[in-house]
Amino acid sequence: MQLLFERSHPGRGMEYLPPCDTPPAVFDADMLRAQPPRLPELSEVDLDRHYTELSKQTHGVNDGFYPLGSCTMKYNPRVNEALAALPGFSELHPLQPAETAQGALEVLFRTEKLLCEITGMTGMTMQPAAGAHGEYTGLLLIRSYHKSRGDTARTKILVPDSAHGTNPASAAMAGFTVVSVPSNAQGGVDLDALKAAVGPDTAGLMLTNPNTLGLFDPNILEITRIVHEAGGLCYYDGANLNAVMGHARPGDMGFDCVHLNLHKTFSPPHGGGGPGSGPVGCKAFLEQFLPGPRVKYEDNRYSFFTPEHSLGRVRGFYGNFAVVVRALAYLLTLGRQGIPEAAENAVLNANYLMHKLAGHYDMACCENGCMHEFVMDLSRLKEETGVTAMDVAKRLLDFGIHPPTMYFPLIVHEALMVEPTETESVETLDHAADLFLQIWQEAHEQPDLVHGAPHTTPIGRPDEVTAARKPVVRYAFES
Amino acid sequence: MNVPETLKYTKSHEWLKEEADGSYTMGLTDYAQKQLGDIVFVNLPMEGDPATAGEALADVESVKAVADVFSPVTGTVAAVNEDLMDEPQQINQAPYEAWIAKISDVTDTEELLTAAEYADFCEKAKG
Repeated sequence: MQLLFERSHPGRGMEYLPPCDTPPAVFDADMLRAQPPRLPELSEVDLDRHYTELSKQTHGVNDGFYPLGSCTMKYNPRVNEALAALPGFSELHPLQPAETAQGALEVLFRTEKLLCEITGMTGMTMQPAAGAHGEYTGLLLIRSYHKSRGDTARTKILVPDSAHGTNPASAAMAGFTVVSVPSNAQGGVDLDALKAAVGPDTAGLMLTNPNTLGLFDPNILEITRIVHEAGGLCYYDGANLNAVMGHARPGDMGFDCVHLNLHKTFSPPHGGGGPGSGPVGCKAFLEQFLPGPRVKYEDNRYSFFTPEHSLGRVRGFYGNFAVVVRALAYLLTLGRQGIPEAAENAVLNANYLMHKLAGHYDMACCENGCMHEFVMDLSRLKEETGVTAMDVAKRLLDFGIHPPTMYFPLIVHEALMVEPTETESVETLDHAADLFLQIWQEAHEQPDLVHGAPHTTPIGRPDEVTAARKPVVRYAFES
Repeated sequence: MNVPETLKYTKSHEWLKEEADGSYTMGLTDYAQKQLGDIVFVNLPMEGDPATAGEALADVESVKAVADVFSPVTGTVAAVNEDLMDEPQQINQAPYEAWIAKISDVTDTEELLTAAEYADFCEKAKG
């Protein structure tokens, strides 16, 4: 398809703005560029058609099944959009006085209370913009805690080898040294290795539970006890909360702080469909360090306050507020009964699909059932047929299914990680299972068909290696 | 899988070669590059950096993953293979020629495996 610059015609544009009624700002001549920037010149209809055409080349959760493991691509209810679009939310200015935005403050306050109840925490900041930003903020909380006690020797963060790649990255960004803790044969944390790794230099442990293999670690209380006894804190990566929300609380598992991905677990759109939100919650002893401003309710009024020993802002204003509105809409729509039911159905759907595929595809560590997602190990298929996890993922595109997460977690070779979520019907799961099994058969009978996939998409296989080694990130003008 | 007899290996998949002058040259093994897939970026240490046995010395990025490269020895980085900045694919093409760093003033080494032990270790890792 044509790029915007290729659609451009000199002099074309859309000038519907009224004449400017304020004097133009005057800049010093040396601040001005010598030539105007070369921007595409288009009418609105050209622009609209360009983006509509682009949108047809993508695959979103509204196009079809999207079982992208660890991403919780659940359906984004329309009622959330209607509420977030209310003028009282969408036309607010972040600098307007709190007394004129009481409804918006109430949204932040009530969402915090509900999420604290779900996680077993006592306070929460809505500022972090997404999951990894939340991890970073949580690690700053841990650092602030140790620093406040004058304990500067705690420089290491323990991260299981099955963790999301963002965990070690966030720990390094926050100034910690990362220590990888191996998994045991069942896919959980190896307790002996953990005991050997903790010590007076342990700042904390980062853990996802259920983990990236889709397993709830049965030793979770022992794990957090070992870290606490060594003087470290426990951080819960909420990426997989969808499996346990309303049933088990990170606070009760022994975690001291947690981040949530509102855009995953609590249904706002994400993955190109919208910004994220990564609130960070903590137990009472860490609240004094939370970023400000937070919202309090006193004398029938909501107002902002910043905790005394706050580690400072981690983002402008109050985070991605409209995402919080959508999450609150979801929380109130589902309620106390609906939230745990959603988790149950997420686990049920994952187990249903896993059992349908288990006769053909090898499963990593989840023979006894999984939580909200499962990991397939395609090493045997690759050995027998030469068809890789990448090939199977690409072939799914031909059938209008977004591929599962590939080659993750790293501890499973030829991994495909499938998370159906609770919003898919049994018919969708049956259809997906049939296609997975059809591809399995194709791999044995017509491997070239699978190697060459996708055959029906606008673009076949992009050259990922060249794209990574020699990226083209700007338009090159011919003259 | 190619595991040259003349080299030593770590369990984290680095190879190590002792040079005549007492320094060591290290890189990533054939097994490691196969697991990683096409390598698209290598983040190298600087000459003169300290290297600590068992700790990250460099990192490599493939289309699948980013992985730390651990130093098999404690010492000082004497040289780095800057060709890898422009042609990281050399690690895929010739893992035992595409060295990553030379380390001198070596005072300690990681637990090292012989070629036979390393081949056995990789076989078991495949499960």
